[in-house]
Amino acid sequence: MGQVLRPAAKSGAGADRAFGLVTAAAAWFVLLLLAATAISMAWGGRLAFSTFGWGFITGKDWDVGAGRFGAFVPIYGTLVTSAIALIVAVPVSIGIALFLTDIAPRWTRGPVAIAIELLAAIPSIIYGMWGLFVFAPFMAAHVEPWAIQHLGIIPGIGALFRGPPIGIGMLTAGIVLGIMVIPFIASVAREVFSAVPPALRESAVALGSTRWEILSRVTLPYTRSAIIGAVFLGLGRALGETMAVTFVLGNAHDLSLSLLMPSNSIAAAIANEFTEADTELYRSSLIALGFLLFVVTFIVLTIAKLMLMRINRRLGRTY
Amino acid sequence: MAIRARRRIADISAFAFASLATVFGLFWLAWILFTTLQQGAAALGPALFTQMTPPPGASGGLLNAFYGSAVMIGLATLIGTPVGVAAGTYLAENGRYTRLAAIVSFVNDILLSAPSIVIGLFVYEMVVVTLGHFSGLAGALALAMILLPIVTRTTEESLRLVPDQMREAGFALGQPRWRVTSRILYKAAMSAILTGILLGVARIAGETAPLLFTALNNQFWSASLTQPLANVPVVIFQYAMSPYDEWHALAWAGAFVLTAFVLALNLAVRFLARKGRRK
Repeated sequence: MGQVLRPAAKSGAGADRAFGLVTAAAAWFVLLLLAATAISMAWGGRLAFSTFGWGFITGKDWDVGAGRFGAFVPIYGTLVTSAIALIVAVPVSIGIALFLTDIAPRWTRGPVAIAIELLAAIPSIIYGMWGLFVFAPFMAAHVEPWAIQHLGIIPGIGALFRGPPIGIGMLTAGIVLGIMVIPFIASVAREVFSAVPPALRESAVALGSTRWEILSRVTLPYTRSAIIGAVFLGLGRALGETMAVTFVLGNAHDLSLSLLMPSNSIAAAIANEFTEADTELYRSSLIALGFLLFVVTFIVLTIAKLMLMRINRRLGRTY
Repeated sequence: MAIRARRRIADISAFAFASLATVFGLFWLAWILFTTLQQGAAALGPALFTQMTPPPGASGGLLNAFYGSAVMIGLATLIGTPVGVAAGTYLAENGRYTRLAAIVSFVNDILLSAPSIVIGLFVYEMVVVTLGHFSGLAGALALAMILLPIVTRTTEESLRLVPDQMREAGFALGQPRWRVTSRILYKAAMSAILTGILLGVARIAGETAPLLFTALNNQFWSASLTQPLANVPVVIFQYAMSPYDEWHALAWAGAFVLTAFVLALNLAVRFLARKGRRK
């Protein structure tokens, strides 16, 4: 008895205060790290912002020799590839979540869920290599000629599918990104799908609903905010993904409407060019790109988090 | 009758949609793993682990890259883990219900998904510019910054799962909070925290973007932390982007080893975590 109490009494309040201070300092450190990242990006990019003003965002010229840096092409490439990624990933992820919660035989659920999560564990550089050496040639040989022939002739959206089938480009990058964000969206969707109160689904079943109706009228409306949160989470990942995109996007600074053409993204431009940036303005422009990326992903991830918090409150969780 | 048939089709098509989506997801996993295995196995050999990265056109291995990666991952874990555990402890214990904890928990989730290339730029600005050159230390710090939010999050979650009775029991024995936390709560949450750390290690092992302009790369053997340090992901990147066949083969071999390491760690951790839960 005494043995348990004595050391506690001796080392009492002082050690406790020290412990509290250390943990609080670590928590502050996490906060400061994020703030410091934002500030150092803004500071590093100040030369580019003050030189070009808004022209940095709207300018289409990225001319290293002339020292003119307009980031419109990488910004456009980032947005387009991320949009393609979501078009690929969202329906697939919802389908996977539905499969894992409703359809799959019970014994397959664990292994399938782990396999899908492993997609997120594969390093992005592996996606990049596979994309460059295997998937891009596949796209060039099989998918893109078909798209040019059949989609390229449609007035309007046909413009998206014109040009030579070289495999490297926004479409390929977007699809690779889509595969990469599937596990992030699917795991959140699966979690909230399985948190839908069984009574709701059972009522729908008792009324004779089809599985489509249960998904579209019960499960999705009930989990809507979480699904939106999951989509934004996936978007945040897609916007900032670097290596996979760097391999398959082609690092071209020309603006083109066609999805089959090489382009650039913010992250890829930084990865490709930062170590070669030999002037102060060049380096500053790349850091300014990093600042834009950071701000956009911060906003997107904040929306994601707020949406996910909403469903958690609804499910009675405190965090 | 027609309505019934239509509804039946609708029902089956939902089933088909979900099944196809799952097959679609698993298909890519299989394709990527198959490619890595096929290309990587062809380039494997004892030289991979005994020789240095070669100049263009010559044969060699990845010994210096493996060494550099191991050093940086180890150092990043040593730096990131204590800070992350302490921060997670604040969120779940000392600071529970405080506004700071709520804000930090929120910010931590954002840091968790922040673009790793930006983290690389940040460490470049902070460390590389200050020291005046690229270094293995900068690389390790960048990796630690990616590991930190992972450890913080899992520590917070694991501690929250420990029932309050255990805290009350500790306090009832007259123990101060730091002893309750370190002697009782950490023990109860140990396996979950360890799982988080190991998954974090698996994550930083494959990170390339934050190393590009922190650790850079080094073609030669160097054990110095203040010099550019060779590492597997950046070597893969440079060799895969090069026009040389020998370098491509080495990149595939590196990709194979990296993927095998990351997936094995992931599967082992999941297996152990599940076994621990059942117990």
